[in-house]
Amino acid sequence: MTDSVEIRRGVYHDSVTLMQVSQQVRTAPGVHEALIGMGTELNLGLMREVGFQVPDEAGPNDLVIALRGEDEAALAAGQDKLVAVLAELHERSRATGSTTEVAPRTIGSAARRAPGGIALISTPGQYAVLDALDAVNAGLSVMLFSDNVPLADEVALKDAAAAKDVLVMGPDCGTAVVGGAALGFANVVRPGRIGLVAASGTGAQQVMALLDLAGEGISHCLGLGGRDLSSDVGGRSARQALRALAADESTAHVVIVSKPAAEEVVTELEQLAAELGVPVSWATLGRGLPDLTAAVEQTLTAVGAQAPTWPSWVPVEPRPSSAAAGGRSLRGLYCGGTLADEAMILAEEALGPISSNIPLRGAPQVSGHDTLTGHVVIDFGDDELTQGRAHPMIDPSLRLERIRQQGEDPTCGVLLLDLVLGHGAHQDPAGELAEAVSAARTAATGRGGHLPVVVALVGTEADPQGLQECARMLSTAGAHVFTSNAQAVRAALSHLGTPAPADPSTTTPTQHETGRTDR
Amino acid sequence: MSTTEQPLRGLLTRDPSVVAAGAGIFGDALRQQAVPVTDVEWRPPMDGTSEALARVLADPRLTEANAEALRRITAAEAELVRIAPASEVLGLQRGEFLHSGPPLTWERASGPMRGALLGAMLFEGLASTAEEAEQKLAGPDISLAPCHSRGAVGPMAGVISPSMWVFELRDPVHGNVSHCSLNEGLGKVLRYGAYSEEVITRLEWMRDVLGPVLAGAVERHGPVDIRAYLPQMLQMGDEGHNRNRSATLMFLRDLLPHIVAQGDRDPADIAEVCRFVGANDHFALNLVMPACKLAMAAAKDIPGSSVVVTMARNGTDFGIQLAGTGDEWFTAPANTPEGLFLGSYGPEDANPDIGDSAITETAGMGGFVMAAAPAIVRLVGGNVDFALTTTRTMYEITLGEHPSLQVPILEFRGAPIAIDATAVARTGVLPQINTGMAGRVAGTGQVGAGLVTPPAEVFVDALRSLADRVPTRD
Repeated sequence: MTDSVEIRRGVYHDSVTLMQVSQQVRTAPGVHEALIGMGTELNLGLMREVGFQVPDEAGPNDLVIALRGEDEAALAAGQDKLVAVLAELHERSRATGSTTEVAPRTIGSAARRAPGGIALISTPGQYAVLDALDAVNAGLSVMLFSDNVPLADEVALKDAAAAKDVLVMGPDCGTAVVGGAALGFANVVRPGRIGLVAASGTGAQQVMALLDLAGEGISHCLGLGGRDLSSDVGGRSARQALRALAADESTAHVVIVSKPAAEEVVTELEQLAAELGVPVSWATLGRGLPDLTAAVEQTLTAVGAQAPTWPSWVPVEPRPSSAAAGGRSLRGLYCGGTLADEAMILAEEALGPISSNIPLRGAPQVSGHDTLTGHVVIDFGDDELTQGRAHPMIDPSLRLERIRQQGEDPTCGVLLLDLVLGHGAHQDPAGELAEAVSAARTAATGRGGHLPVVVALVGTEADPQGLQECARMLSTAGAHVFTSNAQAVRAALSHLGTPAPADPSTTTPTQHETGRTDR
Repeated sequence: MSTTEQPLRGLLTRDPSVVAAGAGIFGDALRQQAVPVTDVEWRPPMDGTSEALARVLADPRLTEANAEALRRITAAEAELVRIAPASEVLGLQRGEFLHSGPPLTWERASGPMRGALLGAMLFEGLASTAEEAEQKLAGPDISLAPCHSRGAVGPMAGVISPSMWVFELRDPVHGNVSHCSLNEGLGKVLRYGAYSEEVITRLEWMRDVLGPVLAGAVERHGPVDIRAYLPQMLQMGDEGHNRNRSATLMFLRDLLPHIVAQGDRDPADIAEVCRFVGANDHFALNLVMPACKLAMAAAKDIPGSSVVVTMARNGTDFGIQLAGTGDEWFTAPANTPEGLFLGSYGPEDANPDIGDSAITETAGMGGFVMAAAPAIVRLVGGNVDFALTTTRTMYEITLGEHPSLQVPILEFRGAPIAIDATAVARTGVLPQINTGMAGRVAGTGQVGAGLVTPPAEVFVDALRSLADRVPTRD
């Protein structure tokens, strides 16, 4: 095995591009590792962790290329592949504009060229606030996808935005739909009368997708970032978003989607909604609160529509006795943090505390890198597992590896997965997932066991990946597919032979008890 | 602040358009939806600027302060009101010398700066030999100060001594005054560090003949609108820094009747003045520079503003000043220009960057409007494509476009004006400066001309100082 580390000065590519480049270089014959990234502390740490000798002079403005191959020939093949991939990128950038045209270097400059609109920012977290402030100063609303933005910066940024009458969606905002444009990860949903205010990315996608399946459309989905409804941020963006939707002619009803939120912020928003005269329903996760599917059903009732039977694809197969299967543990491997939360809230009623890398209050914290034991739900989109790699909705490799492993584990009683479709997500997520599911199930059969797999498939037929086609691929691989995450969780629980928890949608819907911050 | 009928400036009613910075996939996803997307060619900010940038960009005064700076810079005018000895109009005393760039001591002075100071000592009669001048300059009786500290500007070494005649320009809008020496021509000249007898003789003629004749002409003419020359220069292929042919001839055209009408002068002197001015393509540089200085002086001392109001070099250090940081200089070792060399001179003969003439770039002329002066690109070692790209790139670090300084080849787009230090730090794009090159050794004179940029460190330091002045939040 032989290593090479090269530093190139004056070359810059964004991290997602470089992760994709790394992935492609890894496919060169004989190449075992390819870590290609800007020399940030994080990237250099990752390189050193896997044993590369990185010179100290590498800095964040340098491109660092670390290759490991079987021999010199493999390294050369890796270099050739890199040259080819970078050349392709270069060709693509040259294809736009004449030789003397100059691309805007800042958001402010771009805003001067074409005023109005939205800035979509996915620059590295430590710099993102600079770009966001630049956008706000230029009078643009901001969709801030970047994470790792300090809380104090978020508050200052949102105050600056309010003073300029622009909206900051984020930081760590994964999803927004504004005037029909899907920003970040977002499903293709029909236009309509329901507006979303969302402090939860995949939660908003679940709500949007279900509303679409029910024949209802979305006016706008304004993301807030996961912290907006906390006491610290105090709903700064939520208040602006609610006012804007109240004034929007195309919006007749607002759904506020949130991860566990601070009680006083919820109360304040309810009062504001009452003042504005805009009907609001809540899809807020929390113990004892309606799940997202139930919240959507309540919303449909509120606007005088009917909830359909949510589509599902359950293969007909003989059900082996649970004794034969052997495994007793729930293994939830999620890409969507909110969907993982929802799964844990529903599952703990039946199973007790669920270990997780994002545990609910009172449940054990485990690392996503640990071997899974007992009932576990892992969020692969959590920072711990996205360090140095793209979100699992873009790069699913880490989760696919884990899924395959579960086939070997006799303690795994049911595998619970999500698959979120839409813009920004992987182009063929179902194909790769179906393959991993198949492999895991085959492995389970091979060791004399049986592995039921349940998938929550969040998406619409209009999504680039196509709902039906993805469902077909997954169910062909033997997975039970549900468009409602809550239904998927209940199906998974029934595979474990445990009673499914009561559907809380039958309880009083709008009650928000204290202590709703469950983590 | 603007009030809009629709909340969020109409975000929910307007057709969406997006500016995307960061990962390319999100912009691509929007293009697939037929949403117009402008991609930002993003780079990490300059090392060591993130914290200062965050404070400065969050300063609620920033946007308005910079808008005010831009307003003042573009509103400034410049009239030549008189020509007189520096002792009279700048109050310069015997033994006091002004020089280009940030503050400097004799010990740290470069070859061309030393040469120019030696020449000025000889010219002022403060020494009879170079050796004697050198001794005195190293002693306590001679005082040095930057031209900029008196609101003046000087090309290259920029040395102004009490007996030198200077142009006095006035901005009638903001009331500021600026001064600059008279241009000596090219070759062996004081500003490039030459101090031979030929140089001193020319300075004496400028003091005894050129200065008084031009002064009389200006008096007869009345205030000369120098500011009006600048847009015309750009239309005539000059950029106002390395190429000043058109403004020189416009100036001569305006003053000619008043020069020749001075009947009490020796006709030979009149003829020589006309020949000297007309034959020196750079004569108007010393008028363009104070005109640019007046534009930037208008933006001085605006709290919270990140606009660069001064870029100047003394042959040792490059210094900048910001609108929001008063008279504080931010300095670092000057870079050495790259370009073309006269005769057998080469890169090893060139002194590091020198002169106040970067005031032209600071005010949107020179390298910033290179696209308007394609004829210049060969002199500074580039090609036409380079000139177009350079000007287009300078828009990325400036706040706005000058309404009357227009670049014909860019469809009369306004010149990139008001360098924003935050944009420089965020993009890593440094201001492009066209410049002459002085010989490293005192007494050599000019060795070439080329291109240079400021050292990045000056922007890092300037931003930190500006960040320190941001009021803390309650």
